Amino acid sequence: MIVLIIYIAAFCAALIVVHLVTSRIKVRSDFTSLKTVTFGDESAVRPNRWASILSVLTLFLLWGAFTGSDWVPVHAPGPFIGDTQFTYTLEAPDGARDQATVYARVFPAREKGAPQEVEPGTGFAKNDSIAVAAWRSDLILIDKNDEITRKDGAKVVEIDGQPVSPGSRVEVAHGSVAVTSKGSLNFVPYAGMQMEPIWLPAPEAVVARIKEISTQGYQNFTLWEHLYWSLLRVIVGFLCGAIIGIPLGYAMGLSGWFRGWFDPIVEFMRPVPPLALIPLVIIWAGIGESGKIILLFLAALWIMAISARAGVSGVAIAKVHAAYSLGASRWQVLRQVIVPNSMPEIFTGARVAMGVCWGTVVAAELVAAEKGAGMMIMVASRFQLTDIVLMGIIMIGVIGFSIDILMRKAEDWLVPWKGRT
Amino acid sequence: MRTRFHDIEAIKGAWCLMSTLSINNLSMRFDLPGGGHVQALKNVSLELSSGELMSVLGPSGCGKSTLLNILAGFLAPTEGSVTLDGRPVTGPGAERGMVFQQGALFEWMSVRDNVSFGPRMAGQKKKDYIDNVNHLLDVVGLKDFKDKSIYELSGGMQQRVALARCLANEPDVILMDEPLGALDALTREKMQGLVLRLWKETGKTIILITHSVEEALLLGERLLVMAPRPGRIHEEYRLPFAAEGVGKDLRAVKRDPDFGKKREEILSMIWDMEEEIMGRTEEATA
Repeated sequence: MIVLIIYIAAFCAALIVVHLVTSRIKVRSDFTSLKTVTFGDESAVRPNRWASILSVLTLFLLWGAFTGSDWVPVHAPGPFIGDTQFTYTLEAPDGARDQATVYARVFPAREKGAPQEVEPGTGFAKNDSIAVAAWRSDLILIDKNDEITRKDGAKVVEIDGQPVSPGSRVEVAHGSVAVTSKGSLNFVPYAGMQMEPIWLPAPEAVVARIKEISTQGYQNFTLWEHLYWSLLRVIVGFLCGAIIGIPLGYAMGLSGWFRGWFDPIVEFMRPVPPLALIPLVIIWAGIGESGKIILLFLAALWIMAISARAGVSGVAIAKVHAAYSLGASRWQVLRQVIVPNSMPEIFTGARVAMGVCWGTVVAAELVAAEKGAGMMIMVASRFQLTDIVLMGIIMIGVIGFSIDILMRKAEDWLVPWKGRT
Repeated sequence: MRTRFHDIEAIKGAWCLMSTLSINNLSMRFDLPGGGHVQALKNVSLELSSGELMSVLGPSGCGKSTLLNILAGFLAPTEGSVTLDGRPVTGPGAERGMVFQQGALFEWMSVRDNVSFGPRMAGQKKKDYIDNVNHLLDVVGLKDFKDKSIYELSGGMQQRVALARCLANEPDVILMDEPLGALDALTREKMQGLVLRLWKETGKTIILITHSVEEALLLGERLLVMAPRPGRIHEEYRLPFAAEGVGKDLRAVKRDPDFGKKREEILSMIWDMEEEIMGRTEEATA
């Protein structure tokens, strides 16, 4: 909740600051900048580069600030680390009272800490010493060294001078103490507002993990091998799907018999999510490479077939007529008119198919695999290695994004006429 | 003019050494999906000899596009036949070139590849067609644009490419389906001059469909006015303006009082047809 408020505040502050700064120095020169109506004219809305940079920066800063990163100067209040103490008052059945002190040592998460050595002190209640990790709590068996115990009818009546009863909770220095229903004490050190590394590791931990896994590996394979295998499966599966799917789509666009024959199959398979096929593919082909490739082939096949069919139906009939009138044969019409004319549609389909394949391969690896990005994060999550999970997600995102950029570049290069006729 | 001496039909048709396009008693009638039928053409007969330029005019629904599509071989008539040099037309062919209104160029090819499409499809060698292609690009004024992409050209330039592409294939008959309909008035006038010039220089038989009465008068050695429901020939004119207009300022031709008179006559004829259609539709809805 606080994070959301800070995020919105950062958004507004960045907006105001950037507007104030750029409105003074901006030199308006190009045509779009001269448009006065921009609200409602989508073509006049251009992404503000400052906003993009600040957006990424804000996310990074928030991440760092709430994980106590060394890379970020400002932090949200962290958990208490160090030594603290509080006193409790034990009342014996005969009404006698004695005070003892609990010395608590709070050590950083994922480290080992030992309680400090303390003098037992005088009286029937003896001093205790505990060690507790940050973000954790510890149950204090106060009476295990006391002369009169709860079994004898003794009970804690005050903590740091504040009266307590079972079920109540009081604030002490650097934390709080709750009295359980059975009368023992539970010390919770102050947790602060930062995320525990097990939920969200700091950015430097993720980077360190990237370095570690790219050299030493995880689960017998390095990071690059995991990613390479995922990518290889996607490319092989996609290519198989395209090699079968595109001719199938053309046949469906060109022949009534083919369309009639394959329409029920394609239209039925299209809405089936590839993930739903994973169990069947595992039964048929196991969890090895062939199973993955069959799955990705099926994921790409229908998308490519449908886009090729749409490409054929998108050919302006005048072009086909013109080609026939110029003496082209059927084969020449296909080769010279229909195939090039359907390229934009096929590229759109290929982009979608690559995206779906990339998602499917990760999901398939989550289910069962010996290597691959999905398998890496799945195994890591079982061991609560959140930094590996986070790193894997970032890598999967980066690769998916790169694939899309590459496809778009290829499209601009191969079908420059798209959208310009 | 193309003559094929290996073809018996062609020899029969070439007895007069002319590529004659005959349209014999053509009818076109098809059922509508919701029941009922459309009589797009009824008993259309026509004879065109080589080198004639005919424009076809008529209100929408008069079947002029259907007629052109039958001539091109894209549609089969339900009755009657079309023969070119005595050979029946059964499908599209290289001897009947077509120029479309727009959008029929191949965007993935350069201007030159578009123009040389016909010869290339026929398997001609580059050295055999390249001179002709360059000459045609010169004639239509696109010499400096031959390596450009289609989407880099203006609408008028694109239609010049379409004309050159059609001519490069050396058809006997050129069918033009409102080739200048999508152009602005100024470009259109320039292109009208170009069409006349090409007609005179190449001596091709041209059939041109248009919506513009002025264009039909300017470009029609013969002018066919068609009437709708059923689509039929309403009136045929022989006009002097096309022959006069070759190489001349077309605006001077338009200022001719005879031109003005003819334009009024044909305009009112088409007006009457439109009125009649409107009246009939109103009756039908009443």
